[in-house]
Amino acid sequence: MSDDLYREQILEHYKNPHHFGELPDADITQEGDNPLCGDVITFYLKLDDGRLGDVRFRGRGCAISQASASMLTDLIVGKPLQELKTFPTKDLLDELGIQISPARMKCATLSVNTLRVALNGDVPEED
Amino acid sequence: MIQTRALNAEAARADFPILGRRVNGKPLIYLDSAATSQKPAVVIDTMDDYYRRYNANPHRGVYAISEEATAAYESARQRVATFINAASPKEVIFTRNTTEAINLVRYSWGRANIRPGARILLTEMEHHSNLVPWQLLAQEVQATLSFLRIDDDGLLELEQLDRQLEGVQLLAITHQSNTLGTINPIKAVAEAAHRAGALVLVDGAQAVPHMPVDVQDLGVDFYAFSGHKMCGPTGIGVLWARRSLLESMPPFLGGGDMIKRVRLNEATWNDLPWKFEAGTPSVAEGIGLGAAVDYLTQFGMDRVRSHERTLVDYALEKLQEVPGITLYGPRDSELHGGAISFTLANIHPHDLATLVDREGIAVRAGHHCTQPLMDRLGVAATTRASFYIYNRVDEIDQLVSGIQKAQKVFA
Repeated sequence: MSDDLYREQILEHYKNPHHFGELPDADITQEGDNPLCGDVITFYLKLDDGRLGDVRFRGRGCAISQASASMLTDLIVGKPLQELKTFPTKDLLDELGIQISPARMKCATLSVNTLRVALNGDVPEED
Repeated sequence: MIQTRALNAEAARADFPILGRRVNGKPLIYLDSAATSQKPAVVIDTMDDYYRRYNANPHRGVYAISEEATAAYESARQRVATFINAASPKEVIFTRNTTEAINLVRYSWGRANIRPGARILLTEMEHHSNLVPWQLLAQEVQATLSFLRIDDDGLLELEQLDRQLEGVQLLAITHQSNTLGTINPIKAVAEAAHRAGALVLVDGAQAVPHMPVDVQDLGVDFYAFSGHKMCGPTGIGVLWARRSLLESMPPFLGGGDMIKRVRLNEATWNDLPWKFEAGTPSVAEGIGLGAAVDYLTQFGMDRVRSHERTLVDYALEKLQEVPGITLYGPRDSELHGGAISFTLANIHPHDLATLVDREGIAVRAGHHCTQPLMDRLGVAATTRASFYIYNRVDEIDQLVSGIQKAQKVFA
């Protein structure tokens, strides 16, 4: 784990997010927000025969929340939905590769929590 | 008798043990006193002394240390009364904090007096603590809320005040905005409210720690503030109200200490102020608040205010030179207390707060418990730097240089 919260890879995802935009024919559109910080993310999911065929997101907020959403789209596109319904938060934090302080954990996990709600309905967040 | 003392930030710093520590390898630069102030050693020691030497439940013990605890606790109340120029210590009700003081008025005075269809007038810049209690009361008694708007400098628009006060039973207003730093013209607004037959409640959480406050001169009816923002401990706050109002109000919490005579099916109430203080009070915290009042009194609140004006003038001048910055709140330090909110193009407030924390600088980022004000400003969050007696102008230079470093990271 790096202690550099704003390492190059995160800033790169923040400035040039992957899968950024909307899918007009999305099967699922899910908004998630973090009222404490004002971070907002909307996922557009296109399903394809039990898999996530395509994904886009829109959002605004801090670098950690937006970079984490961008990284998450890379991790989930093309994967079986059954697998994504229980996508482990830890996999995303590993991909971020930085020490997240308790105060910023909500920013880092907004994307994966929003994905979970999109695929499972409004279930409690993973601890 | 309290010795007077010149206010010199460098000398005052020596009174605050925490300001000697380092954070992330750098000296702590504490710019979040609007959230909670740091505590001078004299306050910490006074509370410690209570626990070590005369810890006892006050008010009914007939033994020595209980009498000492009672005397210290009631002496703190007397000093608070003098500090805000209350007509009597009987008008000083100890609560847990500003929020509880406002909720006391909501439950006691509000439920008994606010009529269905009546209006409660607030402002767009209220902290949630002076908004949500009135939303709840309005729902309960079928009253309505209306709001004084702010202009783009963060000042209240008061041209239509008399019209807006028609049918209003209560005006609840902050003395100084915790987000914008705006100091509101309470005395003038209270006069207008009284002409219209409304009572006035003031949230003084950001005012009492930073400027002279004279509740009789302001001419208001209820005034609430917290100990922990004025060098005192958490867990102690104050509701001041006119004695005639307090006498007419039903109790808030029921229990021990607030009663005179209890029978199985009824009770009569204690005298003021204890009628509103059920249960064992926050004794150490009350005594600690008394020590905090003494600590501030040696400087004098005029000097505290003037020190903070110097910091605000300096900070406004330096911050406005930062490229891509947007400053909120009045530009004139006459109307601007020691809290400054800003946003930067391309850097979210949370990212900025995290990055300057690495330089040992503590600033607040978020909505500052003023979400409707954030909506009005059209932002999700701001960064806020706030000042107190121990802050120096060079700490503002450090903040500016921290902002510049953050801008390089995000360039």
